[in-house]
Amino acid sequence: MVWVGQVYFYVCAAIAVLAALATVASRNPIRGAMGLLLMIVAVAGLFLGLDAQFLAAVQLIVYAGAVVVLFLFVIMMLGPSAVPPRDRRGVVGRTIGGLLFASTVLAGLVLLAGRLRFVPSRDLDTGFGSVSAFGHALFSDALVPFELSSALLLVAILGALAVARGRQGEAAPVLPSGQPGLAAPSATPAPLSGASTTGQGGSRA
Amino acid sequence: MITSDHYIILSTVLFAIGGVGFLVRRNVLVALMSLEVMLNAVNLALVAFNRARPVDHAGQVFAFFIIAAEAAEVAVGLAIVLSLFRIKRSVRTDDADLLKN
Repeated sequence: MVWVGQVYFYVCAAIAVLAALATVASRNPIRGAMGLLLMIVAVAGLFLGLDAQFLAAVQLIVYAGAVVVLFLFVIMMLGPSAVPPRDRRGVVGRTIGGLLFASTVLAGLVLLAGRLRFVPSRDLDTGFGSVSAFGHALFSDALVPFELSSALLLVAILGALAVARGRQGEAAPVLPSGQPGLAAPSATPAPLSGASTTGQGGSRA
Repeated sequence: MITSDHYIILSTVLFAIGGVGFLVRRNVLVALMSLEVMLNAVNLALVAFNRARPVDHAGQVFAFFIIAAEAAEVAVGLAIVLSLFRIKRSVRTDDADLLKN
């Protein structure tokens, strides 16, 4: 049953590539987030094929469980504004830049392809990539970076809070059309604009 | 027989797709998602290299730290997107020109 591994790899690889294409090409960011989710699941499957069981689990928990949900949360918070109107300005320069990047990477791949020998990796002792083996490596060799990464996450939480919250007491900017802006989650509610200000404000006060 | 080289090729293709998306797309959210695609490709390459040389877990540990750094990057990046949206009412990258002039 040698071909099972091959079929598994090619199915996961096809899903990953198609989902990545859907992520970068979809006009609606919600569809992009769904493509990202699919690609993450496919890459987790590829991790399983590479004997990285713990990383596959971490991939599913952190990416699919946290990162994609965060993306979806922000997209839904922005609402229809997450899809800006179509605008063709500067599309030529961007396309040229993208093509340059892609051709560089693919030229590197072609140069590399002559040297690939496709030797099968040797068989492993049991336990490679398992939670116990990975945890042993993480808490012996990589203990200091592990602790530093916890500090990084703490700083990221504080930074995200400080950036997303805005200044205290700052009123939300008001659109020319009279729509109240995206209100900062501050202690005081953002004042409503327009004729309804007095009534609403009075009732709230 | 699937070898590590297959995974390296796939990782290169994914990296190219993500890079093109990051350069071409103008929606900040889609650009951030393309960044995720690129980092996933790098993780795949690291794990594949680790499988090709399985004397220790260095590649997997490195991929683990990339995942941690990326979670932080997404949190701060989306906070910046929200902040930009509050100021400019837009999620386009070329509207982020507050430092111009």
